[in-house]
Amino acid sequence: MKKLESHSAPFLYGKSSTSKIMLCVILALMPSVLTGCLNYGLKAVILLGVTTGVAMLSEAFIRIVTRRPQTVFDFSAAVTGLMLGMMLPPEFPVKWAAAGSMFAIIIVKQLFGGIGRNFANPALTARMLLMLVFMQEMFTWTTPGGTTVTGTVEMLPDEHAPLWDLFLGNTAGGIGETCALGLLLGGLFLCIAQIISPAAPVAYLGSFAALTFIGGYDVPSQLLSGSLLLCAVFAACDYSTTPVTKGGKVLFGLCCGGLTYLIRHYGGYAESAPLSVLIMNLFTPMLDHICSPRPFGMVRIPKKRKAKQEHAA
Amino acid sequence: MKRLSGIKLPFRKKTETKPIEPLPLPRRVRLPMLMHCGVPCVPAVQAGDFVTVGQCIGTAESPEAAPIHASVSGEVTAVSEITLTDGHTVPCVEIRAEREQVLCPDCRPPELASREALIEAARLSGCVGLSGAGIPTHRKLAACEQFDLLIVNGAECDPALTADSRLMSESPQDVVEGAAMILRLLNIREARIGIMQDKLTALKAMADACEGHDNIRLYPLPAIYPQGAEKVLVFHTCGRIIEENQTAADQKVLVLNAATCAFLYQYSQTGIPLIERVVTVSGNAVRHPANIAVPIGTPVMDVLEYAGCDLEGMKVLVSGGMMMGECLNDLDYPIMRQQNGLIAMRKLKIPERSACIRCGACMRACPMNLMPLKLEEAYIRQDLDMLRKYRVTLCMNCGCCNYVCPAHRPLAETNRMAKAILPENRKGDAE
Repeated sequence: MKKLESHSAPFLYGKSSTSKIMLCVILALMPSVLTGCLNYGLKAVILLGVTTGVAMLSEAFIRIVTRRPQTVFDFSAAVTGLMLGMMLPPEFPVKWAAAGSMFAIIIVKQLFGGIGRNFANPALTARMLLMLVFMQEMFTWTTPGGTTVTGTVEMLPDEHAPLWDLFLGNTAGGIGETCALGLLLGGLFLCIAQIISPAAPVAYLGSFAALTFIGGYDVPSQLLSGSLLLCAVFAACDYSTTPVTKGGKVLFGLCCGGLTYLIRHYGGYAESAPLSVLIMNLFTPMLDHICSPRPFGMVRIPKKRKAKQEHAA
Repeated sequence: MKRLSGIKLPFRKKTETKPIEPLPLPRRVRLPMLMHCGVPCVPAVQAGDFVTVGQCIGTAESPEAAPIHASVSGEVTAVSEITLTDGHTVPCVEIRAEREQVLCPDCRPPELASREALIEAARLSGCVGLSGAGIPTHRKLAACEQFDLLIVNGAECDPALTADSRLMSESPQDVVEGAAMILRLLNIREARIGIMQDKLTALKAMADACEGHDNIRLYPLPAIYPQGAEKVLVFHTCGRIIEENQTAADQKVLVLNAATCAFLYQYSQTGIPLIERVVTVSGNAVRHPANIAVPIGTPVMDVLEYAGCDLEGMKVLVSGGMMMGECLNDLDYPIMRQQNGLIAMRKLKIPERSACIRCGACMRACPMNLMPLKLEEAYIRQDLDMLRKYRVTLCMNCGCCNYVCPAHRPLAETNRMAKAILPENRKGDAE
């Protein structure tokens, strides 16, 4: 008699998959990537291509070396590489960008178990490392017009760029960081496609805007400058490194906003948004723990009675 | 009102418009002594005995059992053993059917005058919940002194099954009369019948049948899986929350399947016990998907042949629905009392599994608001305290998390196994 296969229910599977999600994220990054490429030309294309390519190669390499299932085709490494490239100044040396990509994938992501297991955002960590090592290069920005600007981009807008230029990305900054419109469009797309929840970005930008307003700074230009939007829309919604619970997401966003405000206006470091997201990454398990949803029909046992029950048992 | 989560499924009801047709008399039937949730029955016949249709062949010695009746008349060829899909090995009565079918003279319409009479009649009829776990109906009826609401479960939310909706379209009167009878005898004020919004023919037929019954109301349910799960159904039809370690009876709600209601009515009229049920036969290996009225105990082979199943090309055979069914790998396996579907598939494409990406889709899909990703983590670590803390016991195995997972993690299977490793659950099994 013919043998029938045995499987476990359910016998239906949805159409969603990890690679589809990652490709959607890449698509969402495209508006601001394309603006960056238009603004800065070939060198931006090369830089982005190198960070993305090296990230994918590193992922493939480390999975082969450690003899684990190949995960390069889930495109999560491409997202990391692309995000790293987007945060770099257009004139950044290509070889060091490649090193940053390798660091992000091999050290920060894969050594902690790969996709879903790393506790810190690889692209942001690599960016912070590059900033610490290459102070000079990381703080030399070019405007789309070709003028070189040195210093921290976050503080520049009040003096230099008009609001409209900030919104469209016609200002100095990382390749993919400057075009606020593109980033917001990407975020909107991801929210509509139900890939990310708007909870964290809204809480992040909301709390930051409120504090900026209270502090007496110009809210719109503060919101649109630096890497705040890229971090709020993409890094604060990263699956592995941010809370998965709804309450956790809101708390995460609120704390990020507060930290960004503090670092930007009182801290010694320039990169306030990436730094605050990285700090909050450490609190992700804790936020998920305190915000875990209440199961339907769950009965909470008061602590005293629980202790008594355990004692009796 | 707040609605519980769920998922939209591609409804593949090829059998929606197929009328219920009777199966020709099978050559033989095998009747396991455990076709309900509880304690096995004891065979009341021996090899060589001659039995008639509706004769009791398995007596329920425990009050937690529902007796089993012969579904065909003929000679008992053997009292053997059978291993059920859940792992229990129980006695099994095999009957070779004769051409002349004789009804047992004991089959008389019961006299129904009181609550106790109804409970006793339900027990004698061998009635069990006709889809799902198969809890003996008399236990449900007796679970509460005074119910205040009857909910008739006509949701049939599984995407492949249509047996109940066909029954409600073709004999809505039986369902409504059955509900009215239970209302009268148990002195319940109101009945609500939950049917999925998208089952238009069933809704229409039931609406017509409900006319004249002021205390029986139809409740269209959202077309989201799972609506037929007891806790979801009760919450959506009357807003009551069945807490953990509670049953519907603790909330004074009686939940009965539509087919069970219809059967109780038919039994009150004819006195023929539960010997036949409607099974949806579907799947891409079946040439003529159909709803078939099958004598209980018929080997699945006979049913598949009747429906024109490609037995050579069939790779997977599922008993039950697409979301919660279980695989059969024996074509001789009998049709059970609680079995509502039989799905034969040429192949089952299982997407490749990858690592959890913590997207949280499983949490958003879970009707019970659980965290399947945490439960999986706890199960992999065999962390019993964490499994308890995240309430794995509240999982009803609907499979929503499994369906939506982009990494295609086997979350439903994990939860089933996680429940099994909890010592408090294992103790219940041994009893």
